[in-house]
Amino acid sequence: MTLLAFDWILLLEKLILIAIIVFASLGIALYTTFAERKVAAILQDRPGPNRAGPFGLFQPFADGLKLIMKEEIIPNTANKALFVLGPGLAMTAALMTCAVIPWSSSVELFGRKIDLQIADINIGILYIFGVVSMGVYGIMIGGWASNNKFSLMSALRGASQAISYELAMGLSLIAVLMVSGSLSLRTIVDQQMAAGSMWNIAYQPLGFIIFFVCAMAECNRTPFDLPEAENELNFGYHQEYSSMKLGFYLFSEYINMIMSSAVMASLFLGGFDIPFLDESTLAPNTAAILGLLALLTKIVFFVFVFMWIRWTIPRFRYDQLMDLGWKSLIPLALFNMLITGAFILWRQG
Amino acid sequence: MQALTNRGKSVSREPMTLMERMYIPSIVKGMAITFSHIFKKQPTIRYPEEKREFSPVFRGLHVLNRDEEGRENCTACGLCAVACPAEAITMEGAERMEGEEHLYKEEKYAAKYEINMLRCIFCGLCEEACPKDAIYLSETFAPANFTRKGFIYGKEELLIPNPVTEPAEFAKARGEKRINN
Repeated sequence: MTLLAFDWILLLEKLILIAIIVFASLGIALYTTFAERKVAAILQDRPGPNRAGPFGLFQPFADGLKLIMKEEIIPNTANKALFVLGPGLAMTAALMTCAVIPWSSSVELFGRKIDLQIADINIGILYIFGVVSMGVYGIMIGGWASNNKFSLMSALRGASQAISYELAMGLSLIAVLMVSGSLSLRTIVDQQMAAGSMWNIAYQPLGFIIFFVCAMAECNRTPFDLPEAENELNFGYHQEYSSMKLGFYLFSEYINMIMSSAVMASLFLGGFDIPFLDESTLAPNTAAILGLLALLTKIVFFVFVFMWIRWTIPRFRYDQLMDLGWKSLIPLALFNMLITGAFILWRQG
Repeated sequence: MQALTNRGKSVSREPMTLMERMYIPSIVKGMAITFSHIFKKQPTIRYPEEKREFSPVFRGLHVLNRDEEGRENCTACGLCAVACPAEAITMEGAERMEGEEHLYKEEKYAAKYEINMLRCIFCGLCEEACPKDAIYLSETFAPANFTRKGFIYGKEELLIPNPVTEPAEFAKARGEKRINN
């Protein structure tokens, strides 16, 4: 009877939350593709897609439909099982990140206190790092299974890039963890929300810049989009892919972008914290909704900055990329860690 | 060595300073430039709704002209075909019969008049050669077609609408640039 004693409503609650978050992130990713095209257009003095619906708002659906209707091609020489697994893995890894992000404080519905977070696990950030590293397998497997030298080359590039930048990313994060003393994202956000404390970006400006650069590299965004360098590797690791499998790869990139924005917002910009406002004075449900909006605003801001950078600066050369990662960012992150540690020790006396 | 032009710039080969090696100032500068473009006016012309104005000297699709009474000006003299460097024009003349005076201005007229729009180079020499002011180049261009045959325009396509029976269409086809009829 112990099985039945399980809190079934909690399971239901979490399942609904998972469904909402997964579908919402898919929907937001859909519109991020649209936003990318619009931002690119506006920065280049063009109107951008404006034919499908008012202001071209139905364009992402047209794009999605086009991808679905395209012929599904699996090359003869490809390893079929892995070829199909690649995009699926990339997509799963991208979506799994959202499990530990605290989307807002908690709402009270039907007499239950519901945390707007799928799982508040005490190793939140480690979990994110683990899942993000799994995303590399999506690229690697896809590139290898295509049995195409360009795909393989770009997959190798992607993997080595992700590994090198994950290192600097992790090191810059350690300084944040030293300040907060916890790996749980909700605790980190709560600490930033507490009265009298500032956002972590105020304590860790250098760490933030390092993390931001590394996040851009992890998402394979320009100027670090070497795995997809169109003009040197044709199209990168998804060269042999067509139809929705290609769509999955492209989509996972945008979801990764949103998730890393959410992580950055949570770690450095106070998550769902509204600046200069004490949330405890509001009704819990209002505070939760406003907090969610605040987090979404921060995510939109980061996504815009990602796009803005993409349409401003050109791609790094491969050796420059590795130089930046190993010779600049890692020493800087180590230095940042050292300073933070020394400062904390000095504060403790 | 003597420079060929005075536009050359000497390039500094000095190693980058620390500020330059950080890249961030120049990246911020670049981002400021792209951001300023958000507020710039777009030069885009939204095509099907908006159309670019042609210049007054634009040479487009040919029009066979009529006089103010609606009679065809062309006498099938063939000067346009002779003048045509692309040999795009062919015609057959015919004599005006009794009772056709309201249709054709002079005793001879073009029974068949064809221009191959694939050969035509829109140079406007036919227009210059015409002594009767019967052909001129309008402000439209040849629309796409599915067959090569579709680009051979006959009299139905070329002839301007009758100014007596269809004055509005005539004015539209005539455009604004031609003064004399």
